[in-house]
Amino acid sequence: MLIYIVKRLLVAVPTLLAVLTVVFFFVRIAPGDPTFIILGDQASQQAIAAVHHELGLDRPMLVQYLDFMSTVLQGDLGNSLVTHRPIWNEVANVLPYTIELTLSALFIGVVLGLPLGIAAARHRNETLDYAARIFSLLGLSFPAFVSAIMLLLAFAIELHWFPVISEARTGDPLSRVSALVLPAVNLGLIMVAYVMRVARSSMLGVLGEDYIRTARSKGVPARVVIWRHALGNALIPVVTVVGLYLGVLIGNSVLTEIVFNRPGLGKLIVNSLNQRDYTMLEGLMVIYAFIIVIVNLLTDLTYGLVDPRVRQR
Amino acid sequence: MSAVAAASARGAWAHLASGIRRHKMASFGAGIVVLVALSALLAPWLAPHDPLEQDVLLRLAQPTADFPLGHDSFGRDILSRILWGGRVSLYVSTLAVLIAIIVGGALGILAGYIGGLFDRIVMAAMDVLLSFPTLVMGLLVVAMLGPTVGNLILAITLTAVAPFARIARAPTLAVKERDFVEAGRALGFSNLRLMVVHILPNVVDDILVMAALWLATAIRTEASLSFIGLGVRPPTATWGGMIREGFENILDSPWLAIFPSLAILVVMFGLNMLGDGLRDTSDPRLRHE
Repeated sequence: MLIYIVKRLLVAVPTLLAVLTVVFFFVRIAPGDPTFIILGDQASQQAIAAVHHELGLDRPMLVQYLDFMSTVLQGDLGNSLVTHRPIWNEVANVLPYTIELTLSALFIGVVLGLPLGIAAARHRNETLDYAARIFSLLGLSFPAFVSAIMLLLAFAIELHWFPVISEARTGDPLSRVSALVLPAVNLGLIMVAYVMRVARSSMLGVLGEDYIRTARSKGVPARVVIWRHALGNALIPVVTVVGLYLGVLIGNSVLTEIVFNRPGLGKLIVNSLNQRDYTMLEGLMVIYAFIIVIVNLLTDLTYGLVDPRVRQR
Repeated sequence: MSAVAAASARGAWAHLASGIRRHKMASFGAGIVVLVALSALLAPWLAPHDPLEQDVLLRLAQPTADFPLGHDSFGRDILSRILWGGRVSLYVSTLAVLIAIIVGGALGILAGYIGGLFDRIVMAAMDVLLSFPTLVMGLLVVAMLGPTVGNLILAITLTAVAPFARIARAPTLAVKERDFVEAGRALGFSNLRLMVVHILPNVVDDILVMAALWLATAIRTEASLSFIGLGVRPPTATWGGMIREGFENILDSPWLAIFPSLAILVVMFGLNMLGDGLRDTSDPRLRHE
C-alpha cells in the first residue's frame, strides 16, 4: 500500500505544477491590462509604469513565472487587486459556507442515492426501478441554476418556508440552517441522481456474479446477500463517481450560490470576474485545481484501500 | 482507403441507428432531440414575431392567444426568443462537441497507437485539463478572452477534449495488438491507413455514445455561462441569458424564467435518454434490460 501511495503522489505532483503553469500563462496572455482597474483608463504613462513596477509586471516573463511558482508553493497567493487584502483571508471568510454546502449535498446524495440505487437493482424492471430511473434522468437533466430557481420559486417565494436570500446572520445557528436547506437540497438532489445510477448499475453487475449465485443457492436470505455479500463490491464504482463528480459539484455550487445569493467561493469568483480582479481569479483557480487534484488522489487511494487489485497496477 | 473508412463508418451508424430503433427510451429521446433541433433550425419561419422587436407597452405582459408565452421586460415575444435562442445554444454546443470529438479522438488514437513518451505527454496534458472544474474553466476562458461565440465554443471544447481523448485511447490500445492490425503492418500499410481504416471504426461506437451525453453537458455549460452573464451578448436571445433576465423579475413575473428553463429541460432530458439508451444498446451486458 505504501508503494502505491508514493506512486500516486509522484503522478499528482507534476500535474499540480503543470496546472499552476497553465493558470499563470493563461492569466498573463489574456488581453487586458490589470493596471487599468487600479488607475482607470485615463492614467498617465508614468503612473502605469509605476504600478507595473509595483506589481512586478515589468520583469521578464520567466522571472515572474518563477516568482509566482515559488510564492504559490510556499502557500502565498498574494493580495487582491481590488481590496488589497490577502487572497487567503478573502477565501477563508467564505470557505466555511462552501464547505458546509458541498458536504451537506454529498451527505444527501449518498444517504438517499445509495439505498435508492440498491432498491432499484433489487426490483429491476419493476415500478420502483422505472420510477427511480426516470427520477435520475430528470436529475441529470436539470442545470443547477434551473433547479435552484424552481426550488426558490416554490418554497421561498410561494410557500415562504425558507428565506429568499440565504445570507445567514452570523451567530444564529437556526437561521444558518434554514438558509442552508434549499441550496443543499438543490445540490443534493442532483447528486442523488448520479449516485443512484452508479449504485444501481454496479449492484446489477455484482448480483450477476457467481459467488452471489452460490450464496443464494445455499439459502442465504436475500437481505444478507445484498448487504453483506454484494454491497462491498458494488461500492467501488460509487466511490469513484463521488470523486469524479466533484468537478460538477463545484460548478453547481457556483450556480447555486448565485441563485440563492449565498456567500461562498462561487460568489467570490463571479465578483472577481466582474471586477476584473486578476490576482484573485488566479488564486481561486489555483485553489480549485488543488482541491480537484487532491480529491482525485484521495479517490485513488480509497480505491486502492477497498480493492487490493488496484494497488498492483 | 477512404471507401473502406466510409463503409465502416456507415456500419457504425447503421449499428447505432438499429440500436436506437429497438430501444424505446433511446428512440423517444432521439425524437425529442430531432424536434428541438428542427424548431431551432426553422426558427426564422416558425417564430411568430421578431425576437428582438421591443414593445414598451407590452413590458412583462402576461401570455395571450397571440403571444402564448407572454413578454419579457423589454416587451419582446418570449416564444420567438425561445425558438431563436435554441439556435445559439445548439450551434455553440454542437460545434464545440464536434471539435472536441475530432481533436480528442485524434489525440487519443495517436497516443494509444504511438505509445511511449508521446502517449505519456498527451495523457498528462489531458490530466491537467481535467484538473479544472468544467464550469470554472469555462468561466475563466470566456471572462479573459471576451464573451463571443468563438470563445464560448473554445471554452466548451476545452472542457470536453480530455474525456474524448481518454475514451478513444482505451480501445486503441487493445485493437493495435490484434492480428488484423499486425497483418496490415506486414502488408506495408502506412500508420495513417492503419489508424484511420483499421482502428478508427473500433473507436467510433464508444465516441458516439459519449457524444450524446457530452452534448447535454455542453448545452448545460453554455446555458450556465449565459446565466452568469458570460454568454453571447444581449440582445441576442439565448436560453441561459433569458433565464438570467427572467431571474431579475422572478418575484412578479416568474414565467420569464420558467419557459426558457422548460426548453433547456426538454432538450437535456431527450439527450440524456438518447445517450442512456445508446449505452445500453452498445453494451452487450446491458442489452437485455
